[in-house]
Amino acid sequence: MQETTDAPLVRLSGVQKWYGELHVLRDIDLSIARGEVVVVIGPSGAGKSTLCRAINRLETIDEGEISIDGQPLPQEGKALARLRADVGMVFQSFNLFAHKTVLENVTLGPTKVRKQSKADAQARAKELLDRVGVGHQAAKYPAQLSGGQQQRVAIARALAMEPKVMLFDEPTSALDPEMIKEVLDVMVDLAERGMTMVVVTHEMGFARTAANRVVFMADGAVVEEADPETFFTNPQSDRAKDFLGKILKH
Amino acid sequence: MDVVVDNYQFIGIGFAATVLLFLISGIGALLLGTLLVAMRVGPIAVMRRAAATYVTLVRNTPLLLILVFFSLAAPKIGINFQFVKIVISTGWGDIRMTNAFAGATVGLILYTASFVCESLRSGVNAVPVGQAEAARAIGLPFGGVLSNVVLPQALRAALPPLASTLIALLKNTTVAASVLVLESAYALKQILDKTPGTVEKLWPIGVFILVFVILVELLSFASGRLERRWRVAR
Repeated sequence: MQETTDAPLVRLSGVQKWYGELHVLRDIDLSIARGEVVVVIGPSGAGKSTLCRAINRLETIDEGEISIDGQPLPQEGKALARLRADVGMVFQSFNLFAHKTVLENVTLGPTKVRKQSKADAQARAKELLDRVGVGHQAAKYPAQLSGGQQQRVAIARALAMEPKVMLFDEPTSALDPEMIKEVLDVMVDLAERGMTMVVVTHEMGFARTAANRVVFMADGAVVEEADPETFFTNPQSDRAKDFLGKILKH
Repeated sequence: MDVVVDNYQFIGIGFAATVLLFLISGIGALLLGTLLVAMRVGPIAVMRRAAATYVTLVRNTPLLLILVFFSLAAPKIGINFQFVKIVISTGWGDIRMTNAFAGATVGLILYTASFVCESLRSGVNAVPVGQAEAARAIGLPFGGVLSNVVLPQALRAALPPLASTLIALLKNTTVAASVLVLESAYALKQILDKTPGTVEKLWPIGVFILVFVILVELLSFASGRLERRWRVAR
C-alpha cells in the first residue's frame, strides 16, 4: 500500500540475496514513508533480520536497489559511513562498546563522526540518557548494567546521531520478560514523536499499539502487509494464518 | 666474584645498551605491528595479502639471519646506517648507538613486528563482531572503527601474548651481540674470554642470568598490572 504522496524515506526494490544455495531475500519491494513505523514479523529464518541489516548495508545484497532519502546505498567507503550516520541501528545483543562508559558510548559518534564539541555531545547525551531513563548510570560500564538498561543506552546512542530512520533488529529478544516493557516503552515514545522506524520483533503487543503497518515475511519473501488491526484480525495468506495461530494461542 | 666487581661498569654499560635496544625496538615493533594488523584485517585485499606475506616470510626467518643481513649483506646493496652516530657518555663508559646498533634495531623491529601483528590479530578475533558492526552503524569509517572500538579491545585481549612477544624480544636482543653490538651478551662474552678458571666464569654468568630474570619479571609485572586495571572495563 502506497499511502503517501511524497517520496518514501526508505525504498527497497527488487532486492535479492542468496547465502550459497539458500535464497534469503526474495524479490523484496518495500517503501517506508517519513514518520512511518513498520513492524516486520514472521517465523525465524524468514529473512527479517537480514532485511533489516541490509538497509544500512551491514548485509550486502546480490540484486536490486536500496535507497535512503532518495540516495542509493553506496558501496563501502566514506560515502557509506556518511549514510550510516543517518540510520540508527539497535541490535538484539545491544553491542554497547564494552571498553567505554555509558556516556562515552553515546558521545563517540557525535564527536568523531559529526565533529561536535565534547561539551555539546555530552550535554545532548545526558539529555537522551535521561529521556530513556538511565541518566544516573552515565559513568558506568555496559557490563555493570542490566540488559534492559543496556538496550536503552543503545537506543540513546543511536538517537545521538539524529538519525532519519531507526532500525531495530529484535531489540527485546535477548531480554528478560520484565525488562522488555521498559525498552518497548522507550520505543513507543519514539514512535509517538514521529520517528521513522523499522522494527523486527516478536512483540505483537508493540505491533498493535505502535505500528502503522505490519510486514509479514516467510522464506525470504514479503508474504503480506497490512495495517496491524487488519493483519491480526483478518490475515489473508495461509502462511500468516498458520503463524498467528501458533503464536497467539498461548 | 672479583671478575664481577672489577667489571661492574662494563657490565652496567652492556645492560644499558640492552635496555635501550629493547625499548627502541619494542616501540618500533608495536607501531609496525599495529600497522600490519590494520592491513591484515582491513577491507583492501592487496593490503591483506601483503601483510600476510610479510608475516609469513619474516616470522619464518631466523632472527640471526635477519641481523646478519643488515650487518653484512645490506651495506653491499646500499642499505647502511653509517649516519647513526649516537654516543651517550656516562661515568661508567660510552653507550655506543652507531651503525651496528641501528642495523640490529631495524632487524629486531622487522622481526618482532610480525609477532606483534599475530598477537594483536588474535586479540582482534576475540572482539565480538557486533562491536565492529555497532561502530560501523554509527557512521565510523574503517579507520575509526579500528582505532576507537576494535583495537582498544583487541589490545586488552592480546595482552598476555603481547607480553610474551615483548619478553622474547628482550631476550632476543642478545642475538645482536653476534653482529658486534656492544650490549650485555657481548660484554659477558668479553669478560668470559679474559677470565681464567671455570668456577670464576660462573659469577658473571650468574649475574647475567639474574639481571635478565629481573628485567623479564619487571615486564610481566607491568603486563599483570595492566591486565588487572583493564579487567574492570570489560
